[in-house]
Formats: sequence, structure tokens, C-alpha cells
Amino acid sequence: MAIDAATVRKVARLARIAQPEEKLEPLAKELSGILAWIEQLNEVDTDGVQPMTSAVHMPIPMRDDVVTDGGDPAKVLANAPKTVGGFFVVPKVVE
Amino acid sequence: MSSLTSLTLKAALDGLAAKSFSSEELTQAHVEAVAAAKPLNAFILETPEKALDMARAADARRAKGEAGPLEGAPLGIKDLFCTEGVRSTACSNILGNFVPTYESTVTSQLWRDGAVMLGKLNMDEFAMGSSNETSAFGPVVNPWRRNGGNAQLTPGGSSGGSASSVAADLCLGATATDTGGSIRQPAAFTGTVGIKPTYGRCSRWGVVAFASSLDQAGPIAKTVEDAAILLKSMSGHDPKDSTSLDIEVPDFASFVGKSVKGLRIGIPKEYRVDNMPVEIEKLWEQGIAWLKEAGCEIVEVSLPHTKYALPAYYIVAPAEASSNLARYDGVRYGLRVPGKDIVDLYEKTRAQGFGKEVRRRIMIGTYVLSAGYYDAYYVRAQKIRTLIKKDFEDVYAAGVDAILTPATPSAAFGIGEKGGADPVEMYLNDVFTVTVNMAGLPGIAVPAGFSSEGLPLGLQLIGRAFDEETLFSVAEVIEQAAGRVDLPQAWWA
Repeated sequence: MAIDAATVRKVARLARIAQPEEKLEPLAKELSGILAWIEQLNEVDTDGVQPMTSAVHMPIPMRDDVVTDGGDPAKVLANAPKTVGGFFVVPKVVE
Repeated sequence: MSSLTSLTLKAALDGLAAKSFSSEELTQAHVEAVAAAKPLNAFILETPEKALDMARAADARRAKGEAGPLEGAPLGIKDLFCTEGVRSTACSNILGNFVPTYESTVTSQLWRDGAVMLGKLNMDEFAMGSSNETSAFGPVVNPWRRNGGNAQLTPGGSSGGSASSVAADLCLGATATDTGGSIRQPAAFTGTVGIKPTYGRCSRWGVVAFASSLDQAGPIAKTVEDAAILLKSMSGHDPKDSTSLDIEVPDFASFVGKSVKGLRIGIPKEYRVDNMPVEIEKLWEQGIAWLKEAGCEIVEVSLPHTKYALPAYYIVAPAEASSNLARYDGVRYGLRVPGKDIVDLYEKTRAQGFGKEVRRRIMIGTYVLSAGYYDAYYVRAQKIRTLIKKDFEDVYAAGVDAILTPATPSAAFGIGEKGGADPVEMYLNDVFTVTVNMAGLPGIAVPAGFSSEGLPLGLQLIGRAFDEETLFSVAEVIEQAAGRVDLPQAWWA
């Protein structure tokens, strides 16, 4: 399915990746090319086929519902671009 | 080149055990080889002091009679693995100067067994690429060159640094990861051995996530036996990864050299793709002949959904990547580009931090998962995955022990040669390897010959789930028949 610049703008927004206006058209072409190649999947009859949910069949592991990690805010914050008083700092979200 | 760096891992471990040399001497030789190999751009971070400290500690443990299975062996670590206190970036600008406060399970097991870390290895950004050209640190150069030429070739990708450093004798072995072929294709391009084990064999904990249902760690090594030794240390159940298999890890190396007489080897007719180069066809025929001579029974098999694996992969992998890479928000770690509000900060950070191929895949993934398209793309691709897996199950149920295919559709290509105009051209590199990830099966690439231009070519063996042992036995037969791969002349040092 060919996608247009407006769709690329919408997807870029969903993906939270800034895309300059002049890039939308070329990107639409590029993504359409890849999607056109993917279209060949429509040849396959998938009626009644279950979608794969895990690569290897195994029971889902269970463990006790207890805290096993944490309690080290310094480690959690060690790589943050900006922190104050043990918190991550972001631009103002609510006026 | 020092003779210590030309040893295989096995020979080095034997030499250490016999006290022919110390780990400090062995490590020093490798540290020097790494420092001299800058033109390859295989290492993006060298940790010589850490390496020598670890080597001395290994020597001390050995002196006390406490040597582990990898005691004192210097290795390279793909930058996708988080290493405590040592910068780990997945070769992306978005991780900036990220220094993990924890160690990945796979690498912690290598250190537990006594291995020594030489540094971090270059790779395609977030493991997305087949030529190591998407790395934020620039491309890796293949130590191999075409006969009489000096054009720079890619070592393949995404584990290009791992393959190049092992081929050039910079380390005794390296960790790598494989989501669509990222261990096996670079191994084939560099005359090295690479195995992607069964999904769940190696813990994914602490490995930067690309496509979680496909990602698996594995080694790239100089020989089949070395790969078996490394895989044993890397494998094992980890409660921190819910997809980690809680099954016994066999002594893989004990299956190297085992007779393959009577094994049934499947040859899938669907892998005879259009426009397959004659030399790849011949390599495959040669591999079949070697296995016949060794007493294997060769049977033609059919994997009818093979051609759909790659396009289905380009739905599943980008979809999972778009979800996994949502965590890079400029808030908790890595790059932050200021914005006028929080959304602007996210959008600018991600636009600048991710490279072109990563942005492209996130966009595809976001699109195929978006409202109204989920069933048409993602669910359909997962159904096709069920069919691909069933193809393999049917073949194995019919008594086939392993499947032999070419590893790649060509020998190593030049840097800048592919994918410039059409990304799909690059994606097609994984045509023989990607089915294995889609089905969660083990696959090994082993050097089997040379192209007309003198470049290494590899064959791939695909095994039953949890049966890496058979792959090691059969791969060694090919390795022995093909003969030792002579190292390229060390033009880089």
C-alpha cells in the first residue's frame, strides 16, 4: 500500500521522531517501496493459521510476588541527562 | 603478528593450562594487536588496563588451582552487551555516553568462567544492518581483500566488529548477537565460525533489545570447537529473562569430532534462489559432497514458505523495534536535545539521536502497529511465522537431523556498494539466515571455501530446536574438509 506525506507526518508523530516537512515526501516514497515489497505476503493463504506467540514452546515461568531489586536511586539516576534532588528533570508538562 | 595471537581459543587454553605462557602475556599480545589495528575500526572502546588486571587475576586463580573453563582468555564484546562501568552504546548516538550500572548475564558468565575483556566491538546501530555501515562510530573494515585489490570491504553486520576482530586475530573469540543473520552473515564474510543458538539458550538480560522475539546472543570464533567452548559459557537459564530456557546446557565441545555417519541432511530446494551466483551453488554442492563422504545421507526437502520469511521479518522486527526503542526519550539516560515542551524534547532527541536506518525501521514498525493496520500486517506476519516454523517441524519430523544451505547470497561486498538507493537491496543479504530466527532454531555458519576473488564463503547448518550438538558435529566435518582458513595478510598493522 502506497503511503503519502500526510501518513508519514502522522506516523512520525506517533513515533516521536521530528521529521522536517521537506523530508516527508521522499520518506513516503521510501517507505512505500518497502511496503510494496512486503505486499507479497498477501499471496499466502493464512486462513485458520494461529499467529505465532512465542518462538519456543515453554510454560510461562512463575515466581513469588516479592521485591527482588531496587532501593538504589543513585544507580537509577546515574546516566540521567538532568536530575535534581533524586528526580529526573523534564520541561514543564502542566501549566 | 605475535604467535600468541594466532592461537585458537582451545590452543590458548591448553597453553595456559600447561603454563607455556601466562594470561598476562597472552593478553598483552592481544592488547598490542588491538592497538595496532585501528584501520579496521573493529574496537570502538579499548580497555587495556581492565584487560591486564583481569589477566593478572586469572593468573592468580590458576596458580591457586581455581581455573575456570575460559580462565585467562582475552575476548571482545559486542557493544550491544551492557558491561558494568564500561560505556555501552549499541553504536547509537542516542545512548551517548551510557555507562551501565549492571552487567549483562551473558558477559557475567564469561567473567565467571575466567575470560578477559579487551574492549567493546563495533556493530550496526542497534544491530540494524548487514554491513556495519549504520554504526555511529563508522564502518568496520573486513581484514579480507579481493585478490590483487585494496578496496575496503565490509565484514557484514550487524556483528561486524566481532567478525573482523576474530578474523584479524585481535581476540580469541567474541560475543555477537543475531536477529536476522547478524552472527552468521559476518562470520561467512570473514572466514570465521558463528552460531546463533536456539531462541532462549542465552539470556537476553542486559543485551540492548532490538526485536525481542528474534534476538539471540552467540559467539563468533576461529574454529567450530572454539565456538562450542564459548557457547557453553554463554548459555544457561536466567530467571531475569522470562524466555530463557530452563534446560541443561550440554558440553557442546564434546560433540566436535563426533561421527556424523548415518545423519540425514536436508537440502531445501527453495534455497536455490533466482540469480544465485555460480560459485555459491558450487560451494553448496561441495558441502553436500563432503557430508556424503563422511557418511551422511542427503535428502532433498521442501520449506515452502522460505521466500516469505524476509518480508515477514520486515514487519515483525521493525514492529518490535519500534516498541523496544520507545524507551529512548532523552529523560532517563543518553542524549537529550532540549525542546520547548516535553513532546518537542522527545521528537528532537529521537530525530538527532537515531541514525537513518533506525529511524526508518521505527517508522515502519510504528506504521504496521498503528490502528487499522495491525491485523493486516503484524498478525498476518505472525501467522506466516507459524507456517515457516511448521515447514521446519515437518522436515525434522520426517527424520532429517540438520539442513544444509549457503550462509549468504554472495561474498563480502565493498563499503558503500549496497543499499544506497534501495534499502531492500541490503535486506536481501539475510535471505538464507532469517528463516532460522523466525522459527527460533539454531543455525551455524562455517567457512567452506573461497570466491573467485579469494574471499571466504560460508555454509549454514540449521538444526532442530535445542540441538546445537548435531550442528557442532556436522560443522566440524565441513571445517576439516575445507581446510584451515589462511589469515589475510595483516595489511592493517
